[in-house]
Parts: sequence; structure tokens; C-alpha cells
Amino acid sequence: MKIIESVQITEAVKEMCIEVNYKLSEDMHEALRQAGEREESALGVQILEQLEQNMKIAAESKIPICQDTGMTVVFMQIGQDVRIEGDYIEDAVNEGIRRGYKEGYLRKSVVGDPIFRKNTEDNTPGVIHYEIVPGDKIKITVAPKGFGSENMSRVIMLKPADGITGVKQAVLETVKAAGANACPPMVIGVGIGGTFEKCALLAKKALTRKVASYSDIPYVRELEKELLDEINGLGIGPAGFGGTVTAVGLNIETCPTHIAGLPVAVNICCHVNRHITRVL
Amino acid sequence: MEHHIRMPLTKDKVKELKAGDYVYITGTLYSARDAAHKRMYESLEKGEVLPFPLENQIIYYMGPTPGREGQVIGSAGPTTSGRMDKYTPCLLNQGLCGMIGKGKRSEEVLSGMKQNTAVYFAAVGGAGALLSKCIKKSEVIAYEDLGTEAVRKLYAENFPVIVAADSEGNDIYDIK
Repeated sequence: MKIIESVQITEAVKEMCIEVNYKLSEDMHEALRQAGEREESALGVQILEQLEQNMKIAAESKIPICQDTGMTVVFMQIGQDVRIEGDYIEDAVNEGIRRGYKEGYLRKSVVGDPIFRKNTEDNTPGVIHYEIVPGDKIKITVAPKGFGSENMSRVIMLKPADGITGVKQAVLETVKAAGANACPPMVIGVGIGGTFEKCALLAKKALTRKVASYSDIPYVRELEKELLDEINGLGIGPAGFGGTVTAVGLNIETCPTHIAGLPVAVNICCHVNRHITRVL
Repeated sequence: MEHHIRMPLTKDKVKELKAGDYVYITGTLYSARDAAHKRMYESLEKGEVLPFPLENQIIYYMGPTPGREGQVIGSAGPTTSGRMDKYTPCLLNQGLCGMIGKGKRSEEVLSGMKQNTAVYFAAVGGAGALLSKCIKKSEVIAYEDLGTEAVRKLYAENFPVIVAADSEGNDIYDIK
């Protein structure tokens, strides 16, 4: 049994919250750079150049890439041979978020009650997902989520008869409706199967995969490629001003489902697709 | 077409701006987003006076990150305008001349813009670090308790936007 102190979790979450909001991962950088080469609209190219410049300024002047530094989504994969000592794990994670958003000059974007809407002033609570896995390590992924794109995401409960055609239609319609609101070029996470909540979680997880990665399942890989091509044919373009680059990545995760169902979740993310992982 | 405009706006200036034009704005902008709009709307319903004059002004839909020492403001890009649609027609009737945000507006907003000769600009979403460099002054002037959603009086220099919808109802998000 390995012992991990809760303060180690707090410190890691704090550092990750800050780092991820100032610097995009290398795969996102590369995807955006390649997008600039593919874009056919002159205005689209100009927008993509501005986004590149924006990331440079963010790093140099220590200004977050986007003012929406997100609601903090945290995936905790906890090895079953780990024992956590100190504070309750949920408090440890939230303390990391609290410190990260304060010390990192990040925006406090969370309200305590969805109807009365008073800001909690420290960006807590985060949305924390726990998974018990084999081993003696804790893998933490911090993925702050902006709501311009989150608001455009959907869960669609298809019928088994809708099949793969229905899935494609659901994804395309969601992206079309998202349009400029989602700050294209987007990254799209799709979850297929499971239950109502499971497919949504899969879609969120799909966003934390490398942006240009493909599924190991042959038909899913084909679907990822086909959908990305069709989305880029929609003409939405960078910032929604028209163009050939509407999305720079689309990742699909699947899982078993019920004989009566075909749940599909489409989680849309803007070009500031932030995720960072650390293992304790 | 490219325009360099100084605030405040006038109806004549607004009429010159066409969907798709590039505009660089210099002068005062007021930031307000969801919670501030709700408060302004409720104030107007009660017949109260708003905390800043709307006549010939621009509202920027934006809630910044906090600035570090020596910075005027933190990251300061546009938020999705559609969430303000419910509150916008009544602000246009109060003389509001322009808005900066991102994404499509409702039919009600576009027709309110036509009636009142107003313009809707889009700034590039997700370019908050870049846009912050064009903001030279920032001061919270109302609803301070709302934190990032408080109303700020900003002074911008050559703030880059595109006319997303003009006062004749042309909409860049429909043209492509």
C-alpha cells in the first residue's frame, strides 16, 4: 500500500490549474498551426493568425489565453493500492482549485446555486470524477471547461434503429447549431453508448485525448475521420466568419449500452481545449 | 472596408458600418454580461436610472480575468452575445448604439437594431490575451459585488472588431 498525502494532491491541482490556463498543450498548438495551412478563407487565415498571436502574448505577458478560465473539471484515477492521508480528497482537490485560481489570476466563474447565482469567488467547487483503477498511483487530469462551447453541447437519446447514420446526423446538427458561439475552430468529444450520464462523461473524456489521435476500433476511427471532414465542409470557419476549418479534432469514445438504446453525447470545446495530466 | 472610429458613436457613423467591415474602436466602452444585464433590465422595469448612460455608447459583453500588478486588466475577450438577447431590445430603446460580443443574435435584437440604428460587432472569441492589450484603462463603476460580472468603464485604443450585424439587418453569420 502506497501512502499519498492530501497536500500533494492540493499542490498538484493548484499548479495544473495555473499552467493549463496559460499554455496550450503541444498537440493543440500543432493542430492550430496546421489549420492555418488548410484554411481557404482569407479572413479565416487572419483569425487563426490572431489566435496564434494570442497564445504568444498569453505566454509572454502572463495573461490567461482566454478570459473564460472555465469551471474546473478534474478526473481522478485512483489506484486501489493507494491510501490517502490527511484531508478528505474532495476538499484537497477543491483547495487546489481555490489556490490555483487565486494565485494564477484566473477568473472566478462559478456560482453557488444555479438559480440564485451568487459567485463563490474562488471558482470552487470543481466537477470531480473519481475512478478506481489497478495500481498504486493517482493520475490527475485537470480540464477547465469554458461555457461558450459547453452551452452548445447536447445529449441525444437515439433509437437503435437510427444506427451510425443517426449518430452522424446528431453530431453534425449539434455542431451546426453551435456555430460561432462555440469559438471555432472547435474540438469535439463524442460519447456513444452507456446510459444518459455515461455517454456525457465519455464525451468529456474524449476531449482530454490528444487532439489528432484516433480510436483503436476500426469503425470508430473511420467515423472520426468522416465526421471531421463533414464538419469542416459545413463552412462555419474560424470564429464562425466562414471558412474550411471549423474543427481541428474529433474524438469518439464508445461503451456497451442497453438493448433499447443508443445514447449519443456531443461535448463541444473551443480552440482553447485545455487539459493537463500528472501522476502522483 | 476598414473604419477607425472614436467613441461616442452617432447614428450617422453607425449607418456607414456594413456587415463584414473591419472596425478599430478608440474611446470608452462599458463591459456588462449576464448578471449585469439582468440587473439593468430589472432597474428599467422599476423605472430606476441605470448606473451609466447608454445613449450613443457601446456595451462589451465581457468578464475579464483579474489583472496582475502593472496590468490594466487580465484576459478580456468577448462572451456569447445570445445570452443577452432577452435584455437587449429594451437597452436599445434607451439609446444603446452598439454591442461587442460573439455569435448570432435573435430576430428581436436585429429588428431592435434597425429601429434604433444600432450596430453589433464581433470580436474574436478566445483571443482574450491579445484583446487585453488594446484596453488602456479599466474601472469598476457599478455592481461591484458581481466580481468579474461587474460593470467596467474601459478605455480602448484601436480595439479590433468586425461588423457582425449592421443597422439594416445584414448579418455576417448568414452571408457565407
